[in-house]
Amino acid sequence: MLELIWLIPLIPLCSSLLLMLTAGRLPRLLIGYLGVGSVGIAALLTLAAGIHFMANPEPFELTLWTWMQVGNFAPGVAFYFDGLTLVMMSVITGVGFLIHLFSTEFMEKDTSYARYFAYLNMFVAAMLILVMADNLLLLYLGWEGVGVCSYLLVGFWYQNSANGQSARKAFIVTRIGDTAMALGLFLLFTELGTLDIQGMVAMANETWQVGDSIPLIACLLLLGGAVGKSAQLPLHTWLPDAMAGPTPVSALIHAATMVTAGVYLIARTHGLFLLAPTAMMVVAIIGIATSLMAAFTALMQSDIKRILAYSTISQIGYMFLALGVGAWTAGIFHLMTHAFFKALLFLGSGAIIHCLHHEHNIFKMGGLRRKMPVTFWSFMIGSAALAALPMTSGFFSKDQILLEAYQLPGMGPWLWLGGLLGALLTAIYSFRLVFVVFFGKANTEPDRDTGWRMAVPLTVLCALSLIGGYFIIPVEAVFPAASGEHPAHWVEYVSISVPLIGLLLAYLIFHSRQLRVDGLVGSRVGQLLRRFWFSGWGIDWLYDRLFVRPYYELSGMLKSEPVDVIYGLIVAINQTLNQWLSEAQTGRMRWYIASMVFGLVVLISLALQISPEVL
Amino acid sequence: MVMVNLILILLVGGVLALLSERLDENMPRKVALGVVVVDLLYFLNHLLAMPELNQLQAPLASDPSTWLMHFRADWIPAFGVSIELALDGISMLMVLLTLVLGAVAVSASWTDVTVRRGFFEANLLWTLAGVLGVFMALDLFLFFLFWEVMLIPMYFLIAIWGHENRGYAAMKFFIFTQASGLLMLVSILTLVAVNHSATGQWSFSYFALLNTPMAETTAHWLMVGFFIAFVVKLPVFPFHTWLPDAHTQAPTAGSVILAGILLKTGAYGLIRFAVPLFPDAAMDFSYVAMVLGAAGVVYGAVLAFAQTDFKRLIAYSSVSHMGFVLLGVYAWNELALQGAVMQMVAHGFSTAALFMIAGSLQERLHTRDMREMGGLWHYMPRMGAVAMFFVVASLGLPGLGNFVAEFLVLLGLFKVDPWMTAIAALGLITGAAYSLLLMQRSFQGEPNPKLADHGLIDFGGREMLTMAVMMVALIGLGIYPQPVLDLAQPVLQSLLEVTP
Amino acid sequence: MEGLNVPLNHILLVSSLLFAIGMLGLMIRRNIIFILMSLEVMLNSAALAFVAAGAHWGQPDGQVVFMLILTVAAAEVAVGLGLVLQVQKRFKTLDMDHANRMRG
Repeated sequence: MLELIWLIPLIPLCSSLLLMLTAGRLPRLLIGYLGVGSVGIAALLTLAAGIHFMANPEPFELTLWTWMQVGNFAPGVAFYFDGLTLVMMSVITGVGFLIHLFSTEFMEKDTSYARYFAYLNMFVAAMLILVMADNLLLLYLGWEGVGVCSYLLVGFWYQNSANGQSARKAFIVTRIGDTAMALGLFLLFTELGTLDIQGMVAMANETWQVGDSIPLIACLLLLGGAVGKSAQLPLHTWLPDAMAGPTPVSALIHAATMVTAGVYLIARTHGLFLLAPTAMMVVAIIGIATSLMAAFTALMQSDIKRILAYSTISQIGYMFLALGVGAWTAGIFHLMTHAFFKALLFLGSGAIIHCLHHEHNIFKMGGLRRKMPVTFWSFMIGSAALAALPMTSGFFSKDQILLEAYQLPGMGPWLWLGGLLGALLTAIYSFRLVFVVFFGKANTEPDRDTGWRMAVPLTVLCALSLIGGYFIIPVEAVFPAASGEHPAHWVEYVSISVPLIGLLLAYLIFHSRQLRVDGLVGSRVGQLLRRFWFSGWGIDWLYDRLFVRPYYELSGMLKSEPVDVIYGLIVAINQTLNQWLSEAQTGRMRWYIASMVFGLVVLISLALQISPEVL
Repeated sequence: MVMVNLILILLVGGVLALLSERLDENMPRKVALGVVVVDLLYFLNHLLAMPELNQLQAPLASDPSTWLMHFRADWIPAFGVSIELALDGISMLMVLLTLVLGAVAVSASWTDVTVRRGFFEANLLWTLAGVLGVFMALDLFLFFLFWEVMLIPMYFLIAIWGHENRGYAAMKFFIFTQASGLLMLVSILTLVAVNHSATGQWSFSYFALLNTPMAETTAHWLMVGFFIAFVVKLPVFPFHTWLPDAHTQAPTAGSVILAGILLKTGAYGLIRFAVPLFPDAAMDFSYVAMVLGAAGVVYGAVLAFAQTDFKRLIAYSSVSHMGFVLLGVYAWNELALQGAVMQMVAHGFSTAALFMIAGSLQERLHTRDMREMGGLWHYMPRMGAVAMFFVVASLGLPGLGNFVAEFLVLLGLFKVDPWMTAIAALGLITGAAYSLLLMQRSFQGEPNPKLADHGLIDFGGREMLTMAVMMVALIGLGIYPQPVLDLAQPVLQSLLEVTP
Repeated sequence: MEGLNVPLNHILLVSSLLFAIGMLGLMIRRNIIFILMSLEVMLNSAALAFVAAGAHWGQPDGQVVFMLILTVAAAEVAVGLGLVLQVQKRFKTLDMDHANRMRG
């Protein structure tokens, strides 16, 4: 059975190619069936593979062919299937299927229906290859593949130049990380002689000691790739802009799957990171810093998708925190639950945007609770899970991360405190969203409610967001066992109560308006902070000044090709000489004769001077 | 004899194309396409009949019979000049690339040449003949002859059928190539003289000249002579300035051949002559060469980013990509060399296709200025999709040939010099920047209503077929590059044994 | 060697003088006819020197070269006069200073 796992990425890929080659000439219904059906089949196959794997949980390797062989460099097109792969594949195909189904309604009226599904299917295929890859080179193929699909889908509505701008930004910023990762691959291969992940990790543990500098450098380079793809500091700036794409795309690529690829990469190569404690510390610090930065920013946004985007950045920060403190299982668990509730929130926002004529500003919404009940409940459940209210899926995963962070010797309690602050902010901004959009006075009338193709995915995701916390992910064989110790009870109580406080604060500020913050916000410092956080801590501005503009200026300066000046100089010298010499070319024969005679006289007298004996 | 025939078919075919114009003015392009296809089939036919292809052995310098094909006839015995042609894995790849891209070039110029069509196709075929000669000649005198033969018809192609600034561009191209070729000629003659004083034999044969004993400084200077000739052709920063002009001004077919094939003669020359003839000198020089390569990668990318002319942008991207080839050659280990060979093939296809798209745009819009384009996807979705494919190929998307090439080069280079690799890897980022900008400015963005007046016609069957050939080639190279790697491997192995 | 017995040096002197006169004419004359005549003078001066030298050494070579010069001069005059006609036709003048289209 497991020999057939290569079909899982192949089916969406074939569907994508078919949709591309027919170039939209198929009937719309068939396009929908192809697009959704291929991912559906992939999901069923994943389910079958999962059942098979559960019965006999042994890692399974499958080599299709040797990709290229040069000397001892012989990466294969080969898959590796274990518990971690299974979790990732389930998320990709499962959530992916729901989002595809949702898209059939969301994109119903779009003229480029086939192109949309072609890209989306291609993305699913690339993402599956990423998580199934047996070696880092094939992983890199999936890694870049999802990057290109993300580029294509962010810029899907290409006629608006701003979308193209966002798409290019997304691709180039992540490419910076990818290049670091490529260098990491070069280093690992040069040092270890293989890119096969399992073999490489084993070899690394034989070759290096904990704390050696080469694994540190290698891990930092891989981390560069992860940071770019997962939109963490300092390469996070592309994700909020990537919201220019269709909303289901944001749900699938920029919330549930692609942006968590960085988390997957680090989890997959955890054996390497364990050799470099400094790198793990860096991961944890990046995670917590990103998480807080993005949470503050999300608090100030008014565009519904940007709020969710910053919230995604913040939640992935938690996953990085988990990885950094060695809570591998918790990190992957949060990845899964986050995929459920963030896809839910994005699809919910997609439903709102769809029904409100592409309105993005939350302050122009309001009172949607009665008009769009399905969406309302989706948002309630999604926000509860995002805020990690007790008994929701987000609670289990986030709680686990915070507790394990607390237990880290040394910096642990500080990381825990940072995490708590983040959790508080998360609760505030997510319920701010709910209160502003669904309660209060109605500002815009939706022209319709969601159809069944939107309602079904929302309902299923609601259920998953609620019960996802009780799932047990089969990764105990993949990661080293957790310590199993439990911190003091008060730590747990504090962790549980903080989101509730956040919910209360959000209620008091944004709904009952009993807590007046106008004075605080209105003050000069408040205004400054508001603007600072609204702009995402001015990082975009900084990068623009530091990198983008200088690059434009440099290329503008060089455009006239300075090297050509040297050759131009040679040409100029020749032309001047030519001018001088052509003065002598008078065209008068007598002049030529005279100069010839003169020359002869000079030559002969010279010759006589040198050797008079000729006479 | 097969090799001689390959060249003769093209030479004679050129004359036929020239004459056929008298019958019908549409005749020359048909004749040209026929000739190239016949040449390709003739070559393939012979290759398939060769049992050696299944068991490639390393072509030894000491024994021409270990090569796939070898031909030798006396020409000027007094000076040791002979007609000596030979084929190994790399030259076979290059010959195949030349013939396939030759057919592509004929197709690319199917409709855009309107004057003196016979002479146009003749020049095209003669250039191809010269290139084939360069890839197969192993007598240095003959090699130099072919080196010039491919230059002159190319000059005519640019000077007669080029765009607005063709005279300047053609002259610049000619002078750069000719001047650097002269340095090579001096080097060849000196090398032969040195060999004569050592062995008492006059010989221009590659096999005889390998392992010529000579003083260290002599070797250095001779190597520099070859090096300059080849890197001007490649082209490498700072000898690249002829290329943007020539590529931009050349007619579409000219650009396709220039970028797709002619540049590769430089790379081929480095691998075949510049390093093996002077192994020690080349190794001493490798750091300089790698610095030039890395500089070219970054410089080409930055300049490509600044361009507003569609073709000029692609031209600078070639400078950047050829930097990888130079890096690969002078890193001089198996990984990097394989990468360089891959890059020669993959870049041939991807750039040829992009130039063909540029040509189609010029034909339809009568401009290459991207500021006057925008939203072309809306009018020509097929062309847009094809352009997108080749753009992501050229920025090195894994799964396509260019990625394999650049990855192998950088991987091999990393063993030699990690910092240089880091600098060259910047080319991956800047490459993405200019490639996507190209796409944005021409095919994406708001559709320019003025463009609709041109009656834009999307790619038709002939164009899609040509593009499909190159797409399939790039995908094939990307997901299963082994056939190419296997062809090059024995050659590179025997080359690597030459150096200390 | 009876009859006139002129020393070789004298003849060479005459020849040199003739050559100088011819060259001077070549340099200062503008009319193409006179230029041609000056050329003839120079050729003949050379021929004279050859004949004299041949006579002095008792060798026939001098006279052989004289014959050659004679033929060359004849041919030269034929071409030269043809050019004169063309110059007259195109420039409507025989002044060579006006025929200066080759000026750089």
